[in-house]
Amino acid sequence: MQQAVAAPARSAARTRRTPHLGDALFAGAARFAGVFVLVLLGAIIVVLALGGLQAFHAFGPFFLISADWDPVQNVYGAAVPIFGTLVTSILALIMAVPLSFGIAVYLTELAPAWVRRPVGTAIELLAAIPSIIYGMWGFFVIVPIMAQWIQPHVIDTFDGIPVLEDLFAGPPFGTGIFTAALILAIMIVPFIAATMRDVFETVPAVYKESAYGIGCTMWEVMRSIVVPYTRTSVVGGIMLGLGRALGETMAVTFVIGNTNRIATSLFGPGNTIASIVALEFPESQAGSLKLSSLLALGFILFVISFIVLAISRLLLRPRLKT
Amino acid sequence: MSATTASPLAGHGLHGPAKDARVARQLSVRRARRDRVVRILCVVATVIGLIFLASILATLLWRGLGGLSLTVFTTSTLPPGSNGGLLNAIIGSLIQTLLGAVIGTPIGLLVGTYLAEYSRGSALGNAIRFVSDVLLSAPSILIGLFIYQLMVAPFGGFSGIAGCVALAVIVIPIVVRTTEDMLRLIPVSLREAAVALGTPQWKVIVMICYRAAKDGIVTGILLAVARVAGETAPLLFTSLGNLNWSLSLTKPMASLPVTIYQYAGSAFEDWVQLAWVGALLITVGVLAINIIARVALRGGK
Repeated sequence: MQQAVAAPARSAARTRRTPHLGDALFAGAARFAGVFVLVLLGAIIVVLALGGLQAFHAFGPFFLISADWDPVQNVYGAAVPIFGTLVTSILALIMAVPLSFGIAVYLTELAPAWVRRPVGTAIELLAAIPSIIYGMWGFFVIVPIMAQWIQPHVIDTFDGIPVLEDLFAGPPFGTGIFTAALILAIMIVPFIAATMRDVFETVPAVYKESAYGIGCTMWEVMRSIVVPYTRTSVVGGIMLGLGRALGETMAVTFVIGNTNRIATSLFGPGNTIASIVALEFPESQAGSLKLSSLLALGFILFVISFIVLAISRLLLRPRLKT
Repeated sequence: MSATTASPLAGHGLHGPAKDARVARQLSVRRARRDRVVRILCVVATVIGLIFLASILATLLWRGLGGLSLTVFTTSTLPPGSNGGLLNAIIGSLIQTLLGAVIGTPIGLLVGTYLAEYSRGSALGNAIRFVSDVLLSAPSILIGLFIYQLMVAPFGGFSGIAGCVALAVIVIPIVVRTTEDMLRLIPVSLREAAVALGTPQWKVIVMICYRAAKDGIVTGILLAVARVAGETAPLLFTSLGNLNWSLSLTKPMASLPVTIYQYAGSAFEDWVQLAWVGALLITVGVLAINIIARVALRGGK
């Protein structure tokens, strides 16, 4: 009986002290780590901007619209890589979105239960393959296929048709903007498909069952119930894929042809911000205007990616996180 | 009874309903046909996705297996034609990946803990979560540039440790994401039970929540390791790659992805062959970690 009375008193005295110190330390460490992440992102932006300052000073706003990249004259402009980055990423989206939608619909509506997990995992594994492997595979497998089979046929087919003739012209080297966009599309399909599948699964079963109950077909249920219900998140998933495509480096560097010229043909060579940074960086000296221009390009890429990823997060948040 | 009354009625109104039925049938045929086309397209899309995966794996096996031999694991990279291996690249990759994970994991774990346990709904928490999510998909080449400016340019040389730090920056947001998600799955009653015993909050988190979320957190760390093991772009500007044997963290350090990049673009037959072997090794490693992580998570549930 004495013990029973004494025990609470002792533990009460203890709970006043120990948790104070331990809790304060642990909470402080957790909060510090959190703030560290905030500072990290800020530091990346600031460091890239400071590094690019020399180039921004030297060329002014002209840096953004100039298509020159001439290490001999020491004149640099960002127009071609920015153009290449946007064109390859948007082309990649055009190819990847329908494919991802099909995969997501298959995985949520069509696949038998025992198929769902292995096929879903296989598609997700596609996202786990390192980008340099995509680059090698693209260079040694896709480029020869493009050069031998696809490009000559496409060029012949569209020959003589006004706009398409120019869009698909030039020698069929196999490399170029279109091939880069194709590889990018394959790389972002798993991200978009997985997001679409996850948001499709958040649609309440009652909604779908009601639609099936009045005799809707699978396609009608998708088009009139599931897609409208998940529209915002689907766009968010697509933006996530776009964010990934914008900054992809190794795969693109292998197959885009790496020429600093704005090609009028989709089969022509080009470059992207990431690929020009990867290729030109080893040849630029510390403190040089060229290195500063590359850092300025990095800053521009970061700003573009940040905006795209921020939009993606804002659109995805309400559906996937509650 | 109902059948006998229904049939005269149907016979009576034969003309009207028959026309409607034909329209209805046409409509339903069209709807069914469109539905079938969409179903087929969806299956085709999935098959295309799987073909890409199969093609990549088949190419790696076909090109890589041929060059796989013991020398790959026992010899360092050598000049073309002298039967070199990938030992320094493999060891360099292991060191940088593991050190990157060792540096990044505690930070990521703490941030995830902060987001799940301390910051519920606060503006700072939301900002941190948002920034971490952006970092998760930020171009890895820019993280390489960032670390170059921070750790390579000021100290006048590429170094293995700079590579580790660059990889750690990539590890952090991945661990944050899974840690937070997993901690949020822990039932409140479990925490309440511990708190009711007078346990301090940090002990509740470390001894109850971490333990309950262990499988998920380990999965996150494994996925982060798998991700950075194949990263090339950030290492190009930090640890640079090294064709000689070196374990020093203050000197340039070889890694598999960078060696693959250098070798795949070369004009030498045996170097390209070694690049394929390296590609096979890294892909098998990364996919194996991924599958193990998934199985572990499923087993835990």
